[in-house]
Formats: sequence, structure tokens, C-alpha cells
Amino acid sequence: MSSAISSRKQLTNKTAAVGLRTVFESVIHVVLLACAAVSIITTVGIVFVLLAESLQFFREVSVWEFLTGTRWSPLLKPQHFGILPLFCGTLLVAGGSALLAIPLGLGTAIYLSEYASVTVREIVKPLLEVLAGIPSVVYGYLAVVFVSPVIRDTIESADLFNAANACIVVGIMILPMIVSLSEDVLRSVPYSLREGAYALGATKLDVTLGVILPAAMSGIMASCLLAIARAVGETMAVTLAAGATPKMTLNPFEGIQTMTAYIVQVSQGDTPAGTLEYRTIFAVGLALFVSTLVLNIAARWVLLRVQEKYE
Amino acid sequence: MRLSEHTQGRPYAKHASRIFTLLCGGATWLCVFILLLLLWNVFSFGWNSLSWDFINSYPSRFAEKAGIKSALVGSLYLIALTALFSVPIGVGTAIYLEEYAPASRWRTLVQINIANLAGVPSIVYGILGLGLFVRAMQLNRSLIAGALTLTLVVLPIVILAAQESLRAVPGSIRQASYALGATRWQTVWQQLLPAALPGIMTGVILALSRALGEAAPLVAIGAATYVRFLPENIFKDEFSALPLQIFNWTDQPQKGFHEVAAAGIVVLLAVLIGMNAMAVILRYRFSKNKRW
Repeated sequence: MSSAISSRKQLTNKTAAVGLRTVFESVIHVVLLACAAVSIITTVGIVFVLLAESLQFFREVSVWEFLTGTRWSPLLKPQHFGILPLFCGTLLVAGGSALLAIPLGLGTAIYLSEYASVTVREIVKPLLEVLAGIPSVVYGYLAVVFVSPVIRDTIESADLFNAANACIVVGIMILPMIVSLSEDVLRSVPYSLREGAYALGATKLDVTLGVILPAAMSGIMASCLLAIARAVGETMAVTLAAGATPKMTLNPFEGIQTMTAYIVQVSQGDTPAGTLEYRTIFAVGLALFVSTLVLNIAARWVLLRVQEKYE
Repeated sequence: MRLSEHTQGRPYAKHASRIFTLLCGGATWLCVFILLLLLWNVFSFGWNSLSWDFINSYPSRFAEKAGIKSALVGSLYLIALTALFSVPIGVGTAIYLEEYAPASRWRTLVQINIANLAGVPSIVYGILGLGLFVRAMQLNRSLIAGALTLTLVVLPIVILAAQESLRAVPGSIRQASYALGATRWQTVWQQLLPAALPGIMTGVILALSRALGEAAPLVAIGAATYVRFLPENIFKDEFSALPLQIFNWTDQPQKGFHEVAAAGIVVLLAVLIGMNAMAVILRYRFSKNKRW
């Protein structure tokens, strides 16, 4: 505060300094504006880079073939450029991991928000934050070294690397996200709703399933959508765990390839820049970008609709 | 009314309630169990390979001789450079959005844009880095290209955290500062930033730990996984990073490399935990002399 007072004195004493200060203030304003512009430029950059290379790709491969083709083999002869196998792989991993993570995560969120004592919450929440902070490549390692042998022991026909493998580790990865987002929503349900239900003689189960859960439903749905978007964009764990064979299958014990894993495969290889094969990663990147964008927008839309209903 | 009829009509309602509690509790402890199991697996597997030699040697074709020196140094460079770029830009954006920009369509646009960027998969940033930094700006596969790419990945995290801590500073502080004749920037620099610092620093550390663990964008820009020298020129030299090295070792079919990978993970997690502990300590120390 004292520094503010002294600067005030400077201002009144030296009027010449005022002009200088105004200039300084507007320079700062412009600098800050430029910082904010970086994020806009980033988005424009992403769209531009993806579109520019993809358009060149689509000059040689028709959009129709790309979107509806059921075979993907750009690096082998005969070449096929149908993205559906990659999309199917992504869907299988995202769906499978959501199937594992949503019930477990929701149960945990309900327990932490409605049942757990303060002590338990204080212990479990930081632990889940640790789980959220573990890098994705570590999950990939766990899939290869620990999960894969267990699956192969249980199901003999399973491929060495398979979708189930990826589903399990990606499920664990998105678990903390579902827990923490859902728990926030559950706790934000007004306490009066709980008390009202108890006053009517409801059991704790009735309150949780009949009152709290419906009230928090949109927030929970949003958190699940965000988690699925995360699973769709998940890269290293899936690359290591799911194999590298693009395939249209719903059998989780077969090796598959996701959009993200394909991009890694090409990036790691020695495909020369500027070739059609090389441009596939931009087309696949575009498809990936659009998929996650749609999921994120859907999540925000679901969330906004609820807020309106409550306020 | 419907609910109370339910309980009276159902003698098992209490039991159902108890079973549900058990199920939810079970889910919670299962999560904790999974976490501990994962950590235990990695530590028990990697412990044997962990030694000073491992930290101080370069990668090798032989698992017994492989080390993480170049990857560790590369990662530390990356983190430092990423912090250098992302902190000023991120905090600047947050200050602009919270203190300067009037509530307008432009402000909403920037805000929504940042929220969307936070949801873009990191590999897409890698593709952007490849097109923009590696090729258009001719930075090749240098540390600076990697750090700029990671900066874009973590920028939304820094911005959102800084915005939140600026918003938490009471309005009375701003009004008092303006009442004393301070300009806008004086208010921001002398009052708001010091008050918001612990929150901002926590967000920055969180963002940097994310950057430390990211491998996908680095793979996309073509960073090397086998580097037997330390980078000297950040604009030219190739580099590797811890998560990349772990990825490379995990991808090898030989069991020996898996043990080395586990040891690498232990080092990576140790650095991460160290950073997070720093965040906790910072938050604690600053919250003690909070002024309101």
C-alpha cells in the first residue's frame, strides 16, 4: 500500500511523468493483448496446419473414400485410405475404458461426496490427484509389462497387444478425472434438497439415487464426456498397449490401432516429408481434432443447459 | 411423499441402502488399491536397475549399460524453457482477461477458445509444432522447437489457474489501490500479482509437471529416442526426454529393457513428486501470511 501512496506523490509532483506513465500503461495493455492473442493464434495455427496439408491429401484421395473406406494401409501396397478402422479402434478403446471407469468413478465420487468421513476424503482425494498426475507413458509401460501377461493368461486367443489391454489402463487414467469432476458437481447440489428428502422419511439410498444423482446428472454427464474426449486423444499408452494393426472389430482381445497411435507410428518411421503417406497424419490429425472438439463442445453444452435450469 | 411411502412399503430399504454404501465404498478403496498396486509394481521392478551409473550414463544397445543421462538433462532443459515461455504469456493472458479486457464478445471468444484448447489432444499440438516450429520456422528437432510445442500444450493450464487466483483476490484490494491513485498496471503489479502468486505458482508447477510427462507431442515433432550426447546449442542440437526414453525402452521386446524402463519411471516420478511437494510447500508458506 505504501508504494501506491508514494507513487501517488510522484504523480502529483511531476506532471511530466504522467504523460510517460500513460504511454507505459498503453504499452503494457498492448503487450497483454498480444499474450491473449497467442491462444487465438494457436487455434488458427492448428486449423491452418491441419487443413493445409489435409487439403493436399484430399486432392489425391477423395473425402468419400477417406470417410467410408473400411481398409487402412497407407504404408503398404496396395494402399487403402479408409479411416474407419482407425476410428473404430479409437471408439473401442474410448468406449471400453469409459465402461470400466464410469461406474467405478461414479461410485467413488458418490462415496466421497455423500458417505465418506472428512478424514477418508482428505486421504483419498490427494491419492487420486497422484493417479491423475502419472504420465501416460507410464500407463503404457504398465499395460505392456503387467496387464498384458494377465490377459494372455486368462484368455488364450488374445493377441499379445490388444484393445482390452489399452481399455484397462486408459480406464484407470481417466478415472481420477471422472471422480473429481463428478464429486464437485455432487457436492454443489444444495443441502436443502437432501434435508427435504430426509424430512420425508427417505433412506440415504433414496436421497442419493432419487434426489442428488438426478440433480447432478448433467454435470456428471459432462464429466463423462470430457473423460471420453481425453480417452480419444490419449496417445502413448494406447500406442504401447493396443498393437499396430488397423482393424474393424469389436472384439477387445484383438490388436487394433487408434488414430493417435497411427500418428505416432508414422512420426517414428522414416516416411519422407511431402509424400502422400506423410500427409495421412495431418488428415488423421484433423479427424482426431474434430472428434475431441465435438465431445468437448457437447460437454459444455450439457453443462450450460443444467446451469440455466438451476438459476 | 412418494419417498416415504417407499420406505414403509419396503422392509429391505435399509439393507439396500447399506449395500449401496458398501458398493460405493468398495469402488473408492478399489481406486486406492489400484494406485498403490501400480506404484508398487513399478518400484519393485525398477529398483534393482536404479543406481548412480544408471542416472549418469547414456542410453545403450545393451540393457545393463543403458542410462538416462541425456534424457534427464533434455527433460530439465525442456522444463526450464517451457517455464520461460509459458509463464509470462500465460500470466499475461490471465491478467488481460481478468483485469483489462472489458466484458465483450472478444473476451468471450478468447475465453471459450482457451477452454477448447485445454481439450485438444497433445498429439495435435505435436502436429502443429511439426508444421510451425520444426518446418516453417526451421527450428528442426531442437530443444527450442520441443519447448515451444510443450508451451502451447500447457498454456491453457497456466492461464486458467492464474485467472482463478486473480479472481480470488477481493475487489476491495483493487478499489483501495485505485482510490490511492495507482494506475491499472501499478494495481496489478504491486497488489494483485503478489496476492495471487501462490495460486499462480501452484498452477505453473502443475502445468510443468504435465509438460515433464508429455511424450506424444515430442514424438510428433520427431524428437530422438537415442541420443548419446548432451545438448549444447538449444537451437540446433537433437535432444531426448525422460518420457520418450521410457517409451523407447518399453517398446523393446527384451525383458532387460523393461527393467530399465521401470527405473526410468522411478526417476520420472521422483522428479514429479518433488515438483508437487514444492507446490504444496509454496501454497502452505504463502497462505500463512495471507493479508485478508
